[in-house]
Amino acid sequence: MTDTLQASTGESTESPPPTPRQRSAARMADAAAGPLRWLVLKIALLAIVDAVAVYAVFVLFLHSEWLVLAGVVAVTILVNWIYFSRRHIPAKYLTPGIILLVVFQIFTLVYTGYIGFTNYGTGHNGSKDQAIASLMRSSLVRVEDSPTYDVAVVERFGELGLLVTDPTDGEASLGTNTQPLQPIDATMEDGKAVAVDDWTTLAFSDVLARSSDVEQLAVPASDDPNDGAIRTQDGQKGYLYTSTLVYDEAAGTMTDTATGVVYTDDGEGAFTSPEGEQLLPGWQVFVGFDNFVRAVTDASIRGPLLAVTAWTFVFAAISVASTFFLGLLLALVFQHKRMRFKNGYRILLILPYAFPAFLSALIWAGMMNESFGFINQVLLGGASVPWLTDPWLAKASVLIVNLWLGFPYMFLVCMGALQGIPEEVNEAAVVDGANPWQIFRRIKLPLLLVTVTPLLIASFAFNFNNFNLIYMLTGGGPRFTDVSLPVGHTDILISMVYKVAFTGQNRDYGLASAFTILIFIVVAAISIISFRKTKALEELN
Amino acid sequence: MTEMTSAPARRRGFGGWFSDTGWRHAVAIAVSAFAVFPLLYVFSASLNPAGTLTGSNQLFSSIGIDSYVRMLTDPQVPYPMWFLNTLIVATVTGFTMVFIGALAAYTFSRMRFTGRRVGLVTIVVVQMFPQLLAVVAIFLMMSAIGDWFPAIGLNTLSGLILIYLGGALGVNTYLMYGFFNTIPKELDEAAKIDGAGHARIFFTIILRLVAPILAVVGLLSFIGIVNEYVIASVMLIDPEKQTLVVGLTKLVSNPRYADWSAFSAGAVMAAIPVVVVFLLLQKYVVGGLTAGATKG
Repeated sequence: MTDTLQASTGESTESPPPTPRQRSAARMADAAAGPLRWLVLKIALLAIVDAVAVYAVFVLFLHSEWLVLAGVVAVTILVNWIYFSRRHIPAKYLTPGIILLVVFQIFTLVYTGYIGFTNYGTGHNGSKDQAIASLMRSSLVRVEDSPTYDVAVVERFGELGLLVTDPTDGEASLGTNTQPLQPIDATMEDGKAVAVDDWTTLAFSDVLARSSDVEQLAVPASDDPNDGAIRTQDGQKGYLYTSTLVYDEAAGTMTDTATGVVYTDDGEGAFTSPEGEQLLPGWQVFVGFDNFVRAVTDASIRGPLLAVTAWTFVFAAISVASTFFLGLLLALVFQHKRMRFKNGYRILLILPYAFPAFLSALIWAGMMNESFGFINQVLLGGASVPWLTDPWLAKASVLIVNLWLGFPYMFLVCMGALQGIPEEVNEAAVVDGANPWQIFRRIKLPLLLVTVTPLLIASFAFNFNNFNLIYMLTGGGPRFTDVSLPVGHTDILISMVYKVAFTGQNRDYGLASAFTILIFIVVAAISIISFRKTKALEELN
Repeated sequence: MTEMTSAPARRRGFGGWFSDTGWRHAVAIAVSAFAVFPLLYVFSASLNPAGTLTGSNQLFSSIGIDSYVRMLTDPQVPYPMWFLNTLIVATVTGFTMVFIGALAAYTFSRMRFTGRRVGLVTIVVVQMFPQLLAVVAIFLMMSAIGDWFPAIGLNTLSGLILIYLGGALGVNTYLMYGFFNTIPKELDEAAKIDGAGHARIFFTIILRLVAPILAVVGLLSFIGIVNEYVIASVMLIDPEKQTLVVGLTKLVSNPRYADWSAFSAGAVMAAIPVVVVFLLLQKYVVGGLTAGATKG
């Protein structure tokens, strides 16, 4: 731009007043400077995105994750295309949110659906090959009078490997926990392989420092797991270990050579003996509707599931009703022109809403403690009311605490909604001779409900999944007796899912995901119905 | 109702006063006591040097800051780290969530494109499925991602933030969308005639005008994240990586043996900033809630 300016003024030594052409050129230069800054910023941001993508592709290539790699490449190309093109303006604004939404919401939703149809969980974590390898590793015993191998412990990228010299032919080979021994060219010293390219040989002190990792090292002698594995205690001498289990790939059976029991693949992701005893770990398989069938037929699951579902509805409904009525009552009480100290009360009343809810629940749990809590010790003069340990009282406690947590919100909402009702409505009713109750019941409440109903539905949905309150106040307890799931009388569906998946000895991801799908169906049904109802209510207005 | 109970301006007896406004004060005082009492209790417990639950029962019997010191310096309890982690996660998530949501709300409010209606409906429908329900899938996915990219896998704050941002296009966007629609379109058009592009209109005009709803959504997201337990507890394994909600919950998982006054001190320190900000912004929050109600 400056070049053009100079060119047009080149002949004169003094600077004359700018011509119209010069002025328009200067304007264009100014206008261009803005977009140029944006362009530089845009290119810089895209360069960062692309650099991260290249790194991700490199890492995924090393891990042979082709599907994920393809996804990353596709998304990166799409992003570049969207932001370099002059069109697709809405896409420029929506892309970041959509990518996050797709990966962390939609994908996890679909994945949850998939897990619900598998036996994924404790004892069924990986593939069949992994399970076989793991079973055989767990039953390794040293072979009597087997040869002694010279070994060296080597390391690459934090992974340990074993460099093994064969005592019969002196050949060197290298393997890791997952990679069976492969012949390799190694640096030899006194007939013993000591180092190999790309790998770092661990000194004796390093071996000592990582002795537990070294002891875990069991390098398969070949691709056939029945050939056994080389293990070492001291990082110097290795011995051949074979498993007491023998895997027959053709028949798909596992035989315990010590007891002679033959375990067969039962199609449910584990080797099972004729007596029905399963060898664990098993592997992950698709089990169809098994988890759902189990949820509705197995008495020790169906019982708690039904009780928990019923309580979830009762809890959510009573919570919404109680908080709404207390909030509404207070809003009506405060709707008085001459009442003093209104703002002071208001701030006191909304404190529970401002206080972080998880802390409130933990504090109430302390106050309601049966033997040491403030309520029993001080308010009730040393009584021992089992607030959180009796099934019925625990339910009542949950509702009381949730009333405490929830009424300020309803109070605020009702105050706002009542102020939105025009004064003329009231005056007209008074002229017609209606009494206060009639005015409230017939006029104000219906008008209020139009505004508030969507919030009541939202509140129901919130309480339906009010995990924190339940988990931090009662922990779902008191526990049901004689059921197989770790759930209790005050558990709601969401806390049950959490417990089935993440607490206790057996983590059953499959069953937890099946419950999730059931909850989703219920929530979706309620939402659809309530959306329709809300529309109908809005038309009243 | 107000009209019916308004009394003549003459002097009244106690009965008259009570039936007019007195009973209102009685109700207000009773409910205020219910509302404030647990907070007074925890404040008193935090000032009580005795560690146990029983020791905390005599309100304000002894006053000292020992438990605050204990909470901040106990090597077993990395409370300052929890506080910092919570602050980082909630602030970064809150800001980014508001920004991404505002971008989307601007598009849906101002631009007309194919898939607009479907997009709006999808956002609402997907949000019906709360993220914490998918916690199993999230856990498994993040442990796989952690094998490839340890920086955003399990046990990282960045991974946790990313998960939360999955919900950036959601109910908040819908709330903001309603507010964006109330900003007159003539402003955009005037700016367009002056030669401003869509980005300049968004950053220099719209974002300033919608600041109140951004503050509300930001505050509500911030509080929501501070309270989020399920995903944080599954994602964050090391004690010094955890957030307040995970750490403090573990700390009093057995209230009988817990250091109750130290916990109370931690609770007071964690809550006071949130409560103060909330009370300062409460007018806008109330406005935002009711606006969302009538427009959503």
